[in-house]
Amino acid sequence: MTLIATESLTKVYGGGVTALSELTVAVEPGIVGLVGANGAGKSTLIKILLGLLTPTRGRVRVLGLDPTTDPAAVRARVGYMPEHDCLPPDLSAAELVTHLGRISGLPRTVARERASEALRHVGLHEERHRPVGGYSTGMKQRVKLAQALVHDPDLLLLDEPTNGLDPAGRDAMLALVHRIGTEFGISVLVCSHLLGEVERICDTLVAIDGGRLLRADHIAAMTSATDVLAVEVSEGTEALAARLAALDLPVSREGRLLLVPLADQQTYDLIIGAVADLDLPLHRLDQRRHRVAELFARREGSHV
Amino acid sequence: MSEPTGVIHDIGYQRYTGLRLGRRHVFGALYLHGVRTAFGLGRSAKAKIFPWLVVGIVIMVAAAVTAISSQIGESIMTYAQFADAMSWLVIFFVAVAAPELVSRDLRSGVLPLYFSRPLPHADYPLAKLLALVTALWLLLGAPQLVMFLGGAFTADGMRAVWDEVLDLLPGLLYAGLWAVVFAAVGLLVASLTGKRAFAAGGIVAVFLMTTPIVGVLSILPSQTANQLAGLASPSTLVQGIGVWTMRDQLITSPEAAGPDIGAFGPAYALAAVALVAACVALLLARYRKVAAR
Repeated sequence: MTLIATESLTKVYGGGVTALSELTVAVEPGIVGLVGANGAGKSTLIKILLGLLTPTRGRVRVLGLDPTTDPAAVRARVGYMPEHDCLPPDLSAAELVTHLGRISGLPRTVARERASEALRHVGLHEERHRPVGGYSTGMKQRVKLAQALVHDPDLLLLDEPTNGLDPAGRDAMLALVHRIGTEFGISVLVCSHLLGEVERICDTLVAIDGGRLLRADHIAAMTSATDVLAVEVSEGTEALAARLAALDLPVSREGRLLLVPLADQQTYDLIIGAVADLDLPLHRLDQRRHRVAELFARREGSHV
Repeated sequence: MSEPTGVIHDIGYQRYTGLRLGRRHVFGALYLHGVRTAFGLGRSAKAKIFPWLVVGIVIMVAAAVTAISSQIGESIMTYAQFADAMSWLVIFFVAVAAPELVSRDLRSGVLPLYFSRPLPHADYPLAKLLALVTALWLLLGAPQLVMFLGGAFTADGMRAVWDEVLDLLPGLLYAGLWAVVFAAVGLLVASLTGKRAFAAGGIVAVFLMTTPIVGVLSILPSQTANQLAGLASPSTLVQGIGVWTMRDQLITSPEAAGPDIGAFGPAYALAAVALVAACVALLLARYRKVAAR
């Protein structure tokens, strides 16, 4: 079954601002990354998927349902985590999530049980009984995720889940989203303006810009040919380049970096061996991040 | 519990296949939550202070009235008059409860969490409105019940108890009228702003600032203007209907004149219906707009 399908989806706001323009995309269940700069139309798309906004033109289906004609059915099966602050400060996380579980139609005791389960899954334990106002940004983001999860949806719509988090918090949140998508059996649509984050966890990537579709594809199809190792040594870059070339590795230079296409695990060993043989101070050796970004950059100039 | 070693196993995520309740239950949950919120239940101790202070005052007044009546052996205040006498406290209760019910949700941005759930747009404001009406009715009705119990226990014979019941019923109806009109106006004002202080100020302003208009209209040389003056303010509007429908309950002694509404009783009732309808319509329109944001 198709998770989300849109056909020539267009949204023009009252003031004549076009937020989405002829967007046609279909994605399969799994973790879907929706990337685009601020103002690209990500939030508008999410609101249309939830049936909160009516599209100006075009068709949309979520989990096989039409949110424009049957929003309640869609919302019963979807969990939404908004981008902005949305937690009343004087309620405890447990009370808030329980209450919202009941609004999703869970019976009272079930709502309480599932609320503490959801909070446990996002990593909030005893602190769930304290007022949300005293929580850190990371904890608040977790509560927002838990309330989207409490009624066991089939699809989660996460709008910038890593917003405001420090690097460690971002990694933890992404790991959590990945776990939900893979272990919980819930499909996830993750919105972000940071491509480098989303591409680490998603199966499918949808990139939009100015309300138009840039590209939608499986992440594997986008990155298969572009895995690259970046090597940096504090000195002797020339010598290393020559040595690697002698080992039949197609080396290219980029500033102080040497780029080597990653064929298999052996490529690592060859590079490490070469550096050790030459007795060079290795500064870093890592797999290139933002691979997909480069892919888009090549296609779209300076975007993303 | 069945695990003798007491080890907690992470059983992982459980899908939910059980019952999902329909719209009526969801509305009920939101409504009950609203009633509790109005009285500060399930909230911090700070949020309980004001509602329970007001509740304490009205109950105490009712107890005092009952005690004095039973001492001197005659009724000093009917049930409906009690509601009239407490109108100031009702205004202040609305000024605290209505912002607590709606402004706070606007402020904290929690509304997207409601509207992304299978809850029709109109249900949220309607559940809140019904909750506030209930809270106000309880606020005015509970003390009347205290007065009734006091009156019933000191009454001689079933006949007198039955008379008390016949007096109590219009009193409770009148309390309901206060509750509906004040809740509709108060909630609409509160739904316009996310700042609770502004909302509270706005509500008090709407109820109190309209009183001078009534004052001015009621001293104009035209008798029609005088008799219609009460329409200008929610409190006098409600009193006008009360005088029209249960005059003997509100005006007990010949020297207490009470507001003169002439033959305009139906006009007062129509005005109240129109006011409530307009407030509800505006409230729904307001939330249709908020939901799309």
